[in-house]
Amino acid sequence: MTATSTPKAVVGVDVGGTFTDLFWFDEAAKRFRTAKVPSQRGDEAKGFIAGLSTFGPVAGLSSIVHGTTVGTNALLERKGARVGVITTPGFRDALEMRRRDRRQTWGLWGDFTPAASRDCRLEVPERTLADGTIRTAVDLDAVRAATRDLVGKGCEALAIIFINAYANPQNERAALEAAREIWPNEHIACSSAILPEIREFERASTTALNATLQPVVGSYLGRLEDALAADGFVGRFHIVQSNGGVMSTATARRLPVRTALSGPAAGVIAAAAIARAAGHPDIITGDLGGTSFDVSLIAGGQAALAAQTTIDFGMVIRTPMIEITTIGAGGGSIARVDAGGLLEVGPESAGSRPGPVCYGQGNTRPTLTDANLVLGRIDGSKPLGTLQRLDVEAARAAIAKEIAEPLGLDVMAAAEAIVKIANARMAGAIRLVSIERGHDPSRFMAMPFGGGGALHAGALIKEVGLKGALVPRFPGVTSALGCVIADIRHDGVQTLNLMLDGLDAGALDTRMVEAGREAHAVVADAGLSVERIDVLYELDMHYLGQTHTVSVPLPVTLGAEGTGVTAEIIREAFEAAYGAAFSRLLPGIPVRIVTLRSAAIGRRPAFDLAALAPEAGASLTDARRGARQVYLDGAWHETAIWSRLDIPVGSWIEGPAILEQPDATILLDPGLGAEVDAFGNLVIVRS
Amino acid sequence: MTTALDPVTLAVLKGRLEQIANEMDATLYRSAFNPIIAEAHDACHGLYHATTGDTLVQGTSGLPIFVGAMAFAVRAVIARVAAGAANQPGDTWLFNDPYEGGTHLNDMRLVRPIFRDGELFCWLASVGHWLDVGGNVPGNFNARATESFQEGFRVPPVKLIRGGEFQPDIVEILNANSRLPQSNWGDLNGQLNALDLGEQRLAALLDEYGVETVSTALDGFSARAEALMRAEIAALPDGHYVFDDFLDNDGISDEPLKIALDLTIAGDAMTLDFSRSAPPCRGPLNIAYSTAVACCYVALKHIFPHVPANAGVLKPITFIIPETTLLGVKAPKPVGGYTETILRVIDTVFGAFASIAPERANGSPYATINALSLAGHRDDGGRYVMFSFFGGGLGGNPEGDGLNHGNNPISTATIPPAEILEAAYPVMFTQWALRPDSAGPGRHRGGCGAIYEIEALAAGGADVFLLGERGKFPPFGVVGGQAAATNRFIYDTADGPKSPPLVTKIADIHIAKGQRVRLESPGGGGYGPPREREPASVARDVANGYVSAKAAREIYRVALDASGAVDATATAALRSEAP
Repeated sequence: MTATSTPKAVVGVDVGGTFTDLFWFDEAAKRFRTAKVPSQRGDEAKGFIAGLSTFGPVAGLSSIVHGTTVGTNALLERKGARVGVITTPGFRDALEMRRRDRRQTWGLWGDFTPAASRDCRLEVPERTLADGTIRTAVDLDAVRAATRDLVGKGCEALAIIFINAYANPQNERAALEAAREIWPNEHIACSSAILPEIREFERASTTALNATLQPVVGSYLGRLEDALAADGFVGRFHIVQSNGGVMSTATARRLPVRTALSGPAAGVIAAAAIARAAGHPDIITGDLGGTSFDVSLIAGGQAALAAQTTIDFGMVIRTPMIEITTIGAGGGSIARVDAGGLLEVGPESAGSRPGPVCYGQGNTRPTLTDANLVLGRIDGSKPLGTLQRLDVEAARAAIAKEIAEPLGLDVMAAAEAIVKIANARMAGAIRLVSIERGHDPSRFMAMPFGGGGALHAGALIKEVGLKGALVPRFPGVTSALGCVIADIRHDGVQTLNLMLDGLDAGALDTRMVEAGREAHAVVADAGLSVERIDVLYELDMHYLGQTHTVSVPLPVTLGAEGTGVTAEIIREAFEAAYGAAFSRLLPGIPVRIVTLRSAAIGRRPAFDLAALAPEAGASLTDARRGARQVYLDGAWHETAIWSRLDIPVGSWIEGPAILEQPDATILLDPGLGAEVDAFGNLVIVRS
Repeated sequence: MTTALDPVTLAVLKGRLEQIANEMDATLYRSAFNPIIAEAHDACHGLYHATTGDTLVQGTSGLPIFVGAMAFAVRAVIARVAAGAANQPGDTWLFNDPYEGGTHLNDMRLVRPIFRDGELFCWLASVGHWLDVGGNVPGNFNARATESFQEGFRVPPVKLIRGGEFQPDIVEILNANSRLPQSNWGDLNGQLNALDLGEQRLAALLDEYGVETVSTALDGFSARAEALMRAEIAALPDGHYVFDDFLDNDGISDEPLKIALDLTIAGDAMTLDFSRSAPPCRGPLNIAYSTAVACCYVALKHIFPHVPANAGVLKPITFIIPETTLLGVKAPKPVGGYTETILRVIDTVFGAFASIAPERANGSPYATINALSLAGHRDDGGRYVMFSFFGGGLGGNPEGDGLNHGNNPISTATIPPAEILEAAYPVMFTQWALRPDSAGPGRHRGGCGAIYEIEALAAGGADVFLLGERGKFPPFGVVGGQAAATNRFIYDTADGPKSPPLVTKIADIHIAKGQRVRLESPGGGGYGPPREREPASVARDVANGYVSAKAAREIYRVALDASGAVDATATAALRSEAP
């Protein structure tokens, strides 16, 4: 075999809508390579294998970690499998009734299609009360009849969702066993196994969306595994979850709903690792794509987790996810002047097809990318993806007609105004995740990734009052890098509803040990090498009477003797967390523990990011690429152009300057300067 | 540097100011005690003009009806100050007076002046729906009230905080008059958290941009909102349009109450004249002038969603709302059922727009709040009040069918989950379902209403209170669309199920342990003639049980075969028959 002559390498593969990005890393030799190939929509496996092959024989790889949007796309495009639901009498419509919301505050139009259609949602006699008492035992004959009925209706996945199953899963489990004997495939689950948490709609939605994704994600993973096996791959194949951790494909098949933010979460994980290594543990990531700007806050080197997300109206997934805030501002965002004479950019977008005016693919309304091009920030003469060049004249004409004329500005001022408005919207998103949550932006660096983010980093520094910006060495493949360095993780949740006064800490400890061991086992079984497995606990708590909760991290972990949790530890942690969220504690009002969250994290061997640094022997002279005119702050400036990857460690570049690399363009505004750090990152600060 | 015309600074400041209001909203939701605020977002925050009280900026997540109403609340404080009351940094006013820019007594307002360099710069305000403010009925939706005094305690604008000094005696008065003082205390703290945060954020913004720039921008927003609204009105055909609708009754006597709108469009101005409406009623279905203006604003904002939420929008509009109607009453006429009346006012605007601009109209969005309370004592003796508003179907519209089980136009409230209610109160839901054949038929049908059936689990049963509407006058369809099903309420008695004589208004029934109440809410009105509905859509509706086979045949004129598929020949024959 040739495997002995090929280094054992791990590859991160992030399959996005337009490109598949790959990051290949040989741990022993500390060598890496990157690749970018077009994604094959609908046949992702093809692009996946094509990308891998750029590194040589697939058989030589030791492991592959994959970030995917297959699940998200299936949900957004309503291409999930047909789901059958078996549920409690009277609650057939809980999934469709949502939380009685509507699409938007203003305007009453727009409807909703649930994950399972009404004719595929059947009721069977059973009832559990809120305290866990079984009022009516489940009628298993009715379950069997309903199961057969749903098979007959062509359902490909089955979700069993009983009211109050979070409090006692007995009826659900019995129904699951009975249905399993009949159901023709493994796409079958009950809600208490997916999310044993109070709130029937959120639990039903998560369970039904999981069911609709099981066949889709399962067959996608099957195709990938077959293709890899055909090429002789015998290593480990893993998937990144929305929580930024890695899971086995077996877990991904069982819980595909946890892949919803797989790729973007990997990007945030890489950003956090880069930030920690670079000594700037407080960063705000900004991923500027064609239609959206994704922002995430990393404080103290750790990304924040959100308890749930909404994929689209009424499509709620409740499972811990990296907190990513998305606004409709991207390179393809359309600029327009509204009837009141105000300039707006986005959320309407030309996307990547037809894309900006300068792509020459039929759009005539100017976009953010058109403005950047007209201002000279992007070099239109260079190829971009499949386009040989960008049409500056068409972009200028569109801005003149749509923006400059109605506002009475000249075309350059209009282009600059478009960029300013877009910057203001991006800044708003950054404020939303920082100031709004009590973080002082002057402590944070921006970390732009994706192709266009670094054009706007300087403006965001000024607009939000950030400390600076940290541009990773390869901003275009950040998510693929994240796949390689992400830890293995498994989260669990259980609603408790216990009063803190008179708490039986021993009983709580028993539940925590049980939950911790279960999560630990999933991580240990994943098969990737880890240095250690940490078990973390959090409680959702509030004052009795409140419905929202605060997350209370507990300073305990899973040991041989249990967790050592006490009521006093919990009270102290609660008051610290509540005090940080709100100005006033409410003494005298009883405190309740609502939910236990546990997580097991398998720590991967540390990834030495110094491997990414420029090679010794680079010189600043060799990195210079001449100069061109760029319009900045109301005037044309002769601006130095640099080849970013050729700039040696320790060099200082003074703005205005443009730094170019194959996957990104970086703008250093006047008044800013940048240094290349030991990891090859560009650290932008005020001069 | 900055002029009134600098579009960039204007846009940046617009985002920053809206964010301040949104953060205030979020702070209250997260720290509030009662689910009407925390889950249903029955609250609002904003910045208001120093001298006029006009809405400058308001949060986007709060209750839509407050967007118009809050300006009147701030004006009530401005009037106090004009009459000689001291106004200084560190003051915070508190009141719930519905006749002074209020809505109903549950809506507690806090208004705080913001000073800059010794000058009043603007006002910050917070409003939230408190769960219980005394009165005859727990939760205060007293369908039998004939005077405000039976609805709850009334607080005129008083200073809760005086120059930074908190006045605990005021809180003691509030607490002594409520069934749920702890809940109110928690909510009050949440509102103060929100005001504190807004004040800090605004100070930071003024430090950064300066008073003059921010003031100029605020004037700019108002001018822009007015320009946008005038442009929208100018695009509508000039003319006089009439639409009348009715409330079932006033909760006291079973007489319908007319809400009548004469809408005139002339150039870029609009007049909304409600003079032909019914006189003030004895029961709680009256509203004050400010509330009526606020709800017209809500209707227009739904029709023109892109006009901004500030006072400029109202400048092109003239309101005629005489005191001689139930839409312009003064104290102490009861107003506790205001939610129903404003929904009917909003519906008349939607109805008029079906003639003015059918491409912007929608069927009536069920238009009743169904404020239902079950109250009593738990088996351990503790008191409980389960109170919620219930959903229904939204109207069919030019784009598509109405949403099944949506929230009301005055609200963005979500409903608490059944599991949360069952965990918190001694009740069990035996139905939480869509209601078949409740949607108004149409080319685009309305959304389905819902059925909620609740069993009392406590040994002492439950007292039941309901304030709803649309029991006799169903949500109407537009542009040839048909009306939805009416609202219906049934409760168990020893002699079998009963419906109240005033349909969906009751204040004095009791159910025993094991007995149930059942609310069947209306759907939304249809849009366009039902005979024009795609037959395949009708077949799908029948398969899903939204529409019965009988309605498919008789109303939609669609024939289905034994398998449920469309019988094209028979359908063509049915549809060719004269209506």
